[in-house]
Amino acid sequence: MSEPDAAPLVEVRNLTISFPGEGGHVAVVDGIGFAIARGETLAIVGESGSGKSLSALALMRLVPKPGRIAAGASVRFEGTEILDLPVPAMRAVRGAKIAMIFQEPMTSLNPVVTVGAQVVEAIRLHETVPAREARRRALEMFKLVGIPDAETRLDAYPHQLSGGLKQRIMIAMALAMGPKLLLADEPTTALDATIRAQILAVIRDVAQRTGTAVLIITHDFGVVNEVADRVAVMYAGGIVEEGTRHEILRAARHPYTQGLLRSVPRAEARGDRLEEIKGMVPRPGHWPKGCRFHTRCPFAYARCTEEAPRRTAVSATQGVWCHLAEEGRAP
Amino acid sequence: MAAYLIRRLAYGAVTVLGVLLLLFVLFFAVTNPDDIARKAVGERARPEVYAQWKTNHGYDKPLFLNRAYGSGEARHYTDTLFFEHYRSMLTFDFGRSDADDTPIADRLLRGAGPSLSLTVPLFILNLAVAVGVGLFVAFFRETLLDRVVLVLCILTMSVATLLYIIAGQFLVGMLLKWFPISGYAGDSSVIWRFLALPILVGVVAGFGSDVRLYRTIFIEEMNRDYVRTARAKGAGDARVMVAHVLRNALIPIITNVVIAIPFLFTGSLLLESFFGIPGLGAMTVEAIQGNDFSTLRTMVYLGALLFILGQILTDVCYAVADPRVRLA
Amino acid sequence: MILAQNLLVLAIVLGAAWAARYAARERNWRESARELWRRRPVAIAVVAVYVVIGLLDTVAWVGGGTPEDPMAAYVPRTVIDRLLRPEARREASYSAPFADTAFYGGAPLKHPGSHWLGTDILGRDVVYRMVKGVRVALLVGGLTSLVAIPLALLFGVTAGYFGRRIDDAVFFTMTVLSSVPSLLLLIALIMVLGKGPVQVCIALGVTGWVHFCRIARGEALKLREMDYVAAARVLGVSDFRIITRHILPNMAHLVIITFALSFTGMVLTETTLSYLGIGLDGSWGQMIDQARNELSRTPIIWWNIAAAAIALFALVLAVNLIADGLRDVIDPRTRKERT
Repeated sequence: MSEPDAAPLVEVRNLTISFPGEGGHVAVVDGIGFAIARGETLAIVGESGSGKSLSALALMRLVPKPGRIAAGASVRFEGTEILDLPVPAMRAVRGAKIAMIFQEPMTSLNPVVTVGAQVVEAIRLHETVPAREARRRALEMFKLVGIPDAETRLDAYPHQLSGGLKQRIMIAMALAMGPKLLLADEPTTALDATIRAQILAVIRDVAQRTGTAVLIITHDFGVVNEVADRVAVMYAGGIVEEGTRHEILRAARHPYTQGLLRSVPRAEARGDRLEEIKGMVPRPGHWPKGCRFHTRCPFAYARCTEEAPRRTAVSATQGVWCHLAEEGRAP
Repeated sequence: MAAYLIRRLAYGAVTVLGVLLLLFVLFFAVTNPDDIARKAVGERARPEVYAQWKTNHGYDKPLFLNRAYGSGEARHYTDTLFFEHYRSMLTFDFGRSDADDTPIADRLLRGAGPSLSLTVPLFILNLAVAVGVGLFVAFFRETLLDRVVLVLCILTMSVATLLYIIAGQFLVGMLLKWFPISGYAGDSSVIWRFLALPILVGVVAGFGSDVRLYRTIFIEEMNRDYVRTARAKGAGDARVMVAHVLRNALIPIITNVVIAIPFLFTGSLLLESFFGIPGLGAMTVEAIQGNDFSTLRTMVYLGALLFILGQILTDVCYAVADPRVRLA
Repeated sequence: MILAQNLLVLAIVLGAAWAARYAARERNWRESARELWRRRPVAIAVVAVYVVIGLLDTVAWVGGGTPEDPMAAYVPRTVIDRLLRPEARREASYSAPFADTAFYGGAPLKHPGSHWLGTDILGRDVVYRMVKGVRVALLVGGLTSLVAIPLALLFGVTAGYFGRRIDDAVFFTMTVLSSVPSLLLLIALIMVLGKGPVQVCIALGVTGWVHFCRIARGEALKLREMDYVAAARVLGVSDFRIITRHILPNMAHLVIITFALSFTGMVLTETTLSYLGIGLDGSWGQMIDQARNELSRTPIIWWNIAAAAIALFALVLAVNLIADGLRDVIDPRTRKERT
């Protein structure tokens, strides 16, 4: 775990990502900021369209065109400003210092190349290493992520492997060069429930063993519970609450977070009506004035329609963007 | 894989038999030996001349079943046009031309060389240019360069090949005098001057549709998830486009390309005829103009045979290129 | 015969009007049409002009012989014939556009300055020949496709949807026909059937049929496996209804684009056929073939070939642009971006 006074591994400030829309560029992620300490696992939780995936992609400067990261944003990794790096330097960072795994293992691997060769590619893109040595290291990674029969699996093609195996290989490929930060964009969403638990266990164990920090994007609080040290909740392009896992799951202060947690179906509550948050997520460009959640918030009052809330520290580690908290009132 | 190949070959063989049936119906039933004789000999000859001509060219047999068997005339009841047609085509015994009585096989062998000397370089150049330009504009999609190339493609696609040939001969041959307008002579060091213009015209004529097709294929591949993964690993643009996009795009490209290989032999009818290259295409054009049905029949049969072979070759290459097919 | 031609024109016009009204009922179609008009107004206008000319050149009647054209009293003349009066404005031989004198020899023309694109070797007005080529091109491309595509659709969808033996038979026929390279098949068919216009169109139709039949069959096979088709079957909907209400409408975009491509393909192929001597009379391909040696004369005679080339290019380009625009408009992906 991280020491509280060590410099954070990643520091994001004022990150705004926009896409062309009706009448110019429309912000999809609006001036968010967060930090990840060394070896820590941060989960960003939100519904689809909240901008969470894009935030992760921005860390690697892989925001798909025609999207843009607005000027004035800052992404510092180990003290270096990522957004200012020249392209070759950025490529040296990708895969070696920061790595990423994606949601769909089915399509995220090149179908005509063996999985072993793809892991080898991840190595040889950054280090001049003889083929045999690279293959040995790939084998090691396979074993690290718990792939059975690793030796034979090296020469398999993606279509011959199950979804769970493919995702393990993605993890192996991502960690092959020992990156300090792993970005995981909904890594278990496309997998069966039983496999989900296995993959999360792999991520958690490997991250712990190698001391890798993890940024995991998810919409599932079950995932949060399994792997996260800290959590940030995103809504409509902005972060509405952040804190430790315990604080968010047990003592959430933002009405949105509370609504999300309440709407998770629980076995004990069988027979009761399923809770929901009324209304729909506003589209980028159509965000309400003031607090973006006020149209769906059961506690909204006059100030919420006018003024966007700023961060209020609830504890040393928990912060919430809500007027109620600022005024010391609990929702 | 071996089982697949055998099945493919078997189906190909059945198709060949079907094609031969089609040819038989076209060349012996829809048009009959009397018409052919009349066209070859002329309208006003005496009946004996027709009969003699038909005998010389093997057209004097009945259509399906020879009922004269046993009475001394016929060799067997299968001594008919139908069986003879199948036998000769399947054993590559092509007989003689209806027009000038020369053995077709000889002319085939003589014409193959010139045809290949035109179509092989044309094919390679076409492929290189179209794939190269397609890859390039796919990478620069939505930019001005891409749009300009696309407009160019639609424009060039809309011009008839005939016009390209005429324009090519006129502009480059006559006005600019860079290359000879037509002909085919001299040894290998000089012959390229005669091939340069037809190859140039051929590349320009095929440019538009090929580039658009390849561009679409490449763009589809570029939007796939594994390309994003490659970039996330730190791969540069060149590596992504070649080792990942091109490699995967090869699969649909192969389907398009290998089919064309058999046509390397049959030659381009228009190009050879216009540019005076004495290949198989020119031979076919002569057969059309001379109402030479037996040569025409042979050319169509060869075209189909090579095409079927090309399809089988395509399926095999497809299996080699795509492990999902190979190891299904 | 003339009556049949005129009725055909009436049928085409009425048919087009009915189809337009039918399509206009669907909001998707209306929006797509409007979008297409927005993107390609020039191309659509060009094609419309060609179609109008083609129709005008088909409506014909007998009557009104003149001293220069006494045959008009016995042989049908089209609207175009009557407007441009080719026989009345005949010259002896070549003349340049807008010229007053003949090209060779300098003798004064009978109708100086009236030939905007000059005259050809037989003294015929080039504008007239160019305009007459419109009908031929529309016949070759349009009418042939209009017949071939529905037939291909019928066979292909039936084969794909019902499968098994029908599919085997159709598939084998398709394979055999498509195994012969299309130009060679075309040549064989025309040589065997005869070199008349009907035969050429039939030959073109056969080669075009195969290509689209394969596509239709593939689509039908794919659509047959869709969940909504399975749902319809479970509900007891008849096969005929499934085909007409679920499968065919989902293939409509493919049909339209194929029609456009087939049209241009056939028109361009006809030029090759004309060179080989087996094309249609009066087509631009024939004009080009007859004029191809004129460029090597000094001074060069360029107006024949230029007129035919430009007329051909304009039509093919316009249809290609429309097909391209159609693809953009109809592609569901680009549709999503619009909303």
